[in-house]
Amino acid sequence: MKDVMEKETAKIIESEKNKTVVAEKISGAEAVVKCLLAEGVDLVFGFPGGAIMPVYDALYNYQDNLKHILVRHEQGAVHAAEGYARATGKVGVCIATSGPGATNLVTGIADAFIDSTPVVCITGQVASPLLGTDAFQETDVIGIVTPVTKWDIQITDANEIPEAFAKAFYIAKSGRPGPVVIDITKDAQFQQMEFKYEVCTKIRSYFPKPKIDLAKIEEAAELINKSQKPFLIFGQGVILGQAENELKSFLEKSGIPSAWTLLGLSALPNNHPQNFGMLGMHGNLAPNKLTNECDVLIAVGMRFDDRVTGDVKRYAKQAKIIHIELDAAEINKIIKADVEIHADAKEALFLLTNLIKPKTYSDWINQFKELQKIEYDKIIKHDLYPNEIGLKMSEVVRIVSEKINGDAIVVSDVGQHQMVVARYFNHKNTRSSITSGGLGTMGFCLPAAIGAKLGMPDKQVIAIIGDGGFQMTIQELGTILQTNVAVKVIILNNEFLGMVRQWQQMFFDKRYSQTEMINPDFIKIASGYGLEAQRVTKREELDSAIDKLLNAEAGYVLEVRVEKEDNVFPMIPTGASVSDIRLE
Amino acid sequence: MKEQFTISIFTENKVGLLHRVTIIFTRRHINIESITASESEVKGIYRYTIVVFETRESVEKLVKQIEKQVDVFRAFYHTTDEIIHQEIALYKIATSSVQNGLGLEKIIRDHHARILSLGQDYIVIEKTGHKEDTKELFDSLRPFNVLEFVRSGRVAMMKEIDNFSDTLHELEKSYQ
Repeated sequence: MKDVMEKETAKIIESEKNKTVVAEKISGAEAVVKCLLAEGVDLVFGFPGGAIMPVYDALYNYQDNLKHILVRHEQGAVHAAEGYARATGKVGVCIATSGPGATNLVTGIADAFIDSTPVVCITGQVASPLLGTDAFQETDVIGIVTPVTKWDIQITDANEIPEAFAKAFYIAKSGRPGPVVIDITKDAQFQQMEFKYEVCTKIRSYFPKPKIDLAKIEEAAELINKSQKPFLIFGQGVILGQAENELKSFLEKSGIPSAWTLLGLSALPNNHPQNFGMLGMHGNLAPNKLTNECDVLIAVGMRFDDRVTGDVKRYAKQAKIIHIELDAAEINKIIKADVEIHADAKEALFLLTNLIKPKTYSDWINQFKELQKIEYDKIIKHDLYPNEIGLKMSEVVRIVSEKINGDAIVVSDVGQHQMVVARYFNHKNTRSSITSGGLGTMGFCLPAAIGAKLGMPDKQVIAIIGDGGFQMTIQELGTILQTNVAVKVIILNNEFLGMVRQWQQMFFDKRYSQTEMINPDFIKIASGYGLEAQRVTKREELDSAIDKLLNAEAGYVLEVRVEKEDNVFPMIPTGASVSDIRLE
Repeated sequence: MKEQFTISIFTENKVGLLHRVTIIFTRRHINIESITASESEVKGIYRYTIVVFETRESVEKLVKQIEKQVDVFRAFYHTTDEIIHQEIALYKIATSSVQNGLGLEKIIRDHHARILSLGQDYIVIEKTGHKEDTKELFDSLRPFNVLEFVRSGRVAMMKEIDNFSDTLHELEKSYQ
């Protein structure tokens, strides 16, 4: 009898023990949500579907802590995550289901990869026994995204979730940031596991922060101190490395003129006396021409993209090149550096500033100013204050920029209007320019602007889009409707795929193959989505229409009918040298 | 000028990593001449040996892209004279063909090959050596009618002393 009693007691104790363990266990899906919360995520963008349903079920319980933005297409989710990341500097997160949900993310992942945007994408996957069986909505997501991700992982066991997420966030935001994909099988989402989260701070095979070589800094300083015509060009590495102040201090002590790449926009205020504008194909005259006249070219956090360099065989051949870059693979990839500084821009600029002599280069700066004046007289003046009847994209951008006075985030799409925004929108604060640079993704703007606004709700966010790009992700107006995001949309409508048309005019004998657009009534569409909207066709209506847009409490769509066959100049034609930049 | 380079890559042992490494080659339209992968002297760290025929400049850039991958520790590239390398080849010939007095024993002896398996139907011969050596034996065995032939990818070690355990240790010291 005693024996039986003991056995029973033991049984009860054992079952109680098990109960407590069971109580601590959660599903893999809930673990996903807890990982996001542990990483400080409070906003995710996504679209549900079969293979990710357990995660959506878990999200339902955490609505107060983790807001989910329901987009209208997965591409919208990833671009919104990119916009959020670019505006805030935090990691953007998006969620999609398996198969088509995941493949719809690919364009945005590729965009984030080439523009170094920290994004974590979570995709559902069919249950692990079904992997490789061509199951419903199964695709080899990892196989597809590997070429365009910084890192990826497929999880088939819920116990791997915490470590995978910790690594994913660490990898996405450290070093040169980039997108990471976590693909989780449905059975792993259901599986019970014990949750324990540890933030990742180190991966033994990964070296995101190189040790700076001080000898190289000294070598660079010596070159700079001896230079007669130094020129500094900078890219997004300055923004990603939070080196804006170090850049400014370096420039002001050194007296060196500078220019930015498309993604370097807003790292330095436009009105800084040493900021001579944008490099590259549709950049400014002075920085392009003088790239081929400087004696020392200091490149900071940029990768010599072909749109910046033009013909590399005729690029800055006369100059000694100092390349400050965090990603070792970018050094000597396109342009051979004379001084390679494999370093974080912040640290390198700080150390370099200490070693350089204060100098002024009045003759050299005057060369920039003279070219600036030529460009102003021949192009800018007319762009900003046109006298013909048709409206120009550039005057719209000027007015918006003047009214905003630097206190907004401007998001642009891809094409002519993008170049116009880059050239004429004036920035005061860093991270106030968001655009798809490397991939040139039409359709990026609207969802990215939604993400930016949700990330920075107190900032005015202006989405300036062409009529072509707008229609590539036009469905995200639905996201604005459902989420009440006060994004201000300006459609610069020329009823053409303008940049392609410009190339057809210049290089294909005006054979306008498939570039003319028959567009819907954008105002009706916006109204259909419950947004206030206005169309402007005349110059005299423009000013008040822009006021109305800027003062609107909610999302707003302003369509401006602009000149149909206008061109963007200056231009460096493909294959030409930066010094062959054309004014007409 | 294109020449033969042997790339040695030290990696974590992770599903999909070989794909991640090989697409770096395919994206640049570079053909992989041979590839092998196995665990190195450091537990859990794998070593890929990849042979390509390319220019030095292109290989330099390729290796930087490989090293950039999160799960790759280090990647090295060497010309053929900077490495000790070897391949292994297996040859299957019909047992009946040996009885025709063509002197298989001498061939095996001359080529420093050995018989791995001897059966009623076939013989499997093994030879390790450089590609030319295994090819030479293949040619010598032609009269016996080679039923099957397989050669491994190259395995290689650098001539310079560069123990990866030390390198790993060094890396841990030099990076914060």
